[in-house]
Amino acid sequence: MNNNETVTEKLAVNENWCKGCGICVKFCPKNVLIVENEKVKIVDIEKCIQCGLCELRCPDYAIYVRGK
Amino acid sequence: MKSKARLMQGNEACVEGAIAAGMKFFAGYPITPSTEVAEIAAEKLPLVGGKFIQMEDEIASMAAIIGASLAGSKSMTATSGPGFSLKQENLGYASLAEVPCVIVNVQRSGPSTGLPTSPAQGDIMQARWGSHGDHPVIALTPSSVRETFDLTIKAFNLSEKYRVPVILLMDEIIGHMRERVELPEISEIEIIDRKKPTVSREKYLPYKADDDLIPPMAYYGDGYRFHVTGLAHDETGFPTNNPAIADKLYRRLLDKIELHKNEIIEWEEQCTDDADIVIISIGGVSRAADTAMKQLRQKGVKVGTYRPITVWPFPEKRLIELADKVNTFVVAEMNLGQMALEVERIIKDKAELIKVNKVNGEAIYPEEIIEKIEEVL
Amino acid sequence: MPSAIVSEYFRTNKLPQIWCPGCGHGIITRAITVAIDKLGLDRDKICIVSGIGCSSRAPGYMDFDTLHTTHGRALAFATGIKMANPDLKVIVITGDGDATAIGGNHLIHACRRNIDITAIIYNNNIYGMTGGQYSPTTPKFDKGTTAPYGNVDKAFDIPALAAAAGATYVGRSTAYHTQLLISLIENGIKNEGFSLIEAISVCPTYYGRKNKKGSAVEMLEWQKNHAVNIAAASKMAPESLDGKFLIGEFKNSPEPEYTKEYQKIIDMFKKE
Ligand SMILES: Cc1ncc(C[n+]2csc(CCOP(=O)(O)OP(=O)(O)O)c2C)c(N)n1
Ligand code: SF4
Ligand code: SF4
Ligand code: SF4
Repeated sequence: MNNNETVTEKLAVNENWCKGCGICVKFCPKNVLIVENEKVKIVDIEKCIQCGLCELRCPDYAIYVRGK
Repeated sequence: MKSKARLMQGNEACVEGAIAAGMKFFAGYPITPSTEVAEIAAEKLPLVGGKFIQMEDEIASMAAIIGASLAGSKSMTATSGPGFSLKQENLGYASLAEVPCVIVNVQRSGPSTGLPTSPAQGDIMQARWGSHGDHPVIALTPSSVRETFDLTIKAFNLSEKYRVPVILLMDEIIGHMRERVELPEISEIEIIDRKKPTVSREKYLPYKADDDLIPPMAYYGDGYRFHVTGLAHDETGFPTNNPAIADKLYRRLLDKIELHKNEIIEWEEQCTDDADIVIISIGGVSRAADTAMKQLRQKGVKVGTYRPITVWPFPEKRLIELADKVNTFVVAEMNLGQMALEVERIIKDKAELIKVNKVNGEAIYPEEIIEKIEEVL
Repeated sequence: MPSAIVSEYFRTNKLPQIWCPGCGHGIITRAITVAIDKLGLDRDKICIVSGIGCSSRAPGYMDFDTLHTTHGRALAFATGIKMANPDLKVIVITGDGDATAIGGNHLIHACRRNIDITAIIYNNNIYGMTGGQYSPTTPKFDKGTTAPYGNVDKAFDIPALAAAAGATYVGRSTAYHTQLLISLIENGIKNEGFSLIEAISVCPTYYGRKNKKGSAVEMLEWQKNHAVNIAAASKMAPESLDGKFLIGEFKNSPEPEYTKEYQKIIDMFKKE
């Protein structure tokens, strides 16, 4: 299951756990994320302010802020 | 040195036995004729550092004793009639999750509210099959005040040893009877405690049974961080839909009783050596059976008695032996033939079966048994 | 590697949960672990108990002593645990049906006793696990599979019920208002007595679909737009609260705790 992880300096995403609900996408204040093929995808990591709202509301713990 | 003999009621002897066995928690809801068990537990438990709680109903009481047992306290509840019906859901939970606990049922008469203050033995089958699904159960039936004390201790011991709910199936006659009894010294009493895991948290599999088919049991708060569920589960304790694992679990639950039945099963027989007729009875009725036997013996009738002490598992093997030499079994019980069903199944056609049944709220009197026997002589 | 919180407090080999995509229950469950983390509690002295329902599956994922009981009975089991070992912090996770229908009697009596248990009711306004039947918190006229023409029952106001029954700490938040939820749970656990936190969840699969509430995202947005914090509400014009619901801390009034009171009896009468 470790093969489907996207880890950037700011954020980590575990595609295996992601159910594509789009909650993180909708409530991200900086439009960092999208859902594509029912999985979350980071599209603009530069803009991420590591506010942690995605992590706070992801029901499946598939996304979180790193190094905080 | 023996403690002084004193006059005691069956329900009180039950609490004394429970405390001697190490009961530290009681949860209940008042109902006649078991209420004194709760009242006396409420009075006595704090004296030994134990706790009593009156819950909002019998469902909650049953739940609370399971919770307390998982947290490490030997626990008991007591009820009668309708309350025993309410216990059934969580009694099944205790069977499946293998949580030691003792359920006292001082049987009263009739379905529904029935005859609240009158004796009966109508819950024999409910004690065995009252909760849904195949599940293990042990039920003990005392027939005197002193035996109530002893069997309450035995109930705790069996429950702790085999991780199974044990029912103390009393009846109103025994619950409310007063007898002069002499209780043993605590040091003379054998007390059994559940076996605990000897491995670390990482290695602990809460539902992996040892060769004796019983898994060691950790307490909540011991640092094992384990999961308990009423769903079918594997050895880790987590739910599974795997048919093979579910099958193995359900069978083990029954097998663990089957494997140890020789240590569990207890009965008493009198004058069966030469008996042509054997009266089978439990609890309060056994006292009438004894008297009937003595009176008939005086008249030269060869009568014996057979008294299951564990009504579940039923002392079957010995009954099969007796069936080979006895002509007639008389099953006397305060219901319309529940134990007779079991006896019938066991003796098959090897002997005649006569039933003495009474459900009007009165005890069975010796004369009624004698009359029935004299009819067939 | 999951996040620090998840690695620390979840049985990660059991994840992801069985819940549907967007189910609010996962948000609430994580919030509980964050609250526990913030309190710095000894995690071996925490016991999490649940009943039956989608919500009640939560403890199975949480790395504590956990007990998944029978439908509605979690508080009664929890009462036994707390009585037997008052050193344990006992947390109950339950659903709206589990807690207020079949378990309603246990709920009011746990409140009344003020026993030190923190109950978190995951309220999704429906019976999720059994497929969308109406529950005691389904709003009047809303639909469920057993209310095909609209529900004629009136819904419970859970915090009001709990407060009236004697709970000494009562709060409500939503899956959307996660930070508030975390702080309410924290305070609830800190309260030595019975604490009840209603956590309004979302069930997009049944409640959402049956009542045309849209996706999980839309349901969370609805929470965002319709919840008003009780602190702010007092300064608002009553008309502006029409169609809104209150969140926040509703009651915080400590009283003597049940197991402590019982211990006093033991201390007085125990024979050594
Ligand atoms: C005694 C009993 N009755 C009924 C059920 C079936 N049942 C399982 S879960 C449930 C409802 C759960 O609803 P809720 O508590 O609101 O939790 P949710 O699934 O919505 O999270 C019911 C009725 C049961 N398991 N046991
Ligand atoms: S941390 Fe904040 S900004 Fe970054 S992706 Fe998550 S929600 Fe967006
Ligand atoms: S909130 Fe979680 S599960 Fe939903 S899309 Fe985002 S990462 Fe995936
Ligand atoms: S049915 Fe509803 S409550 Fe149950 S998991 Fe699905 S979304 Fe959640």
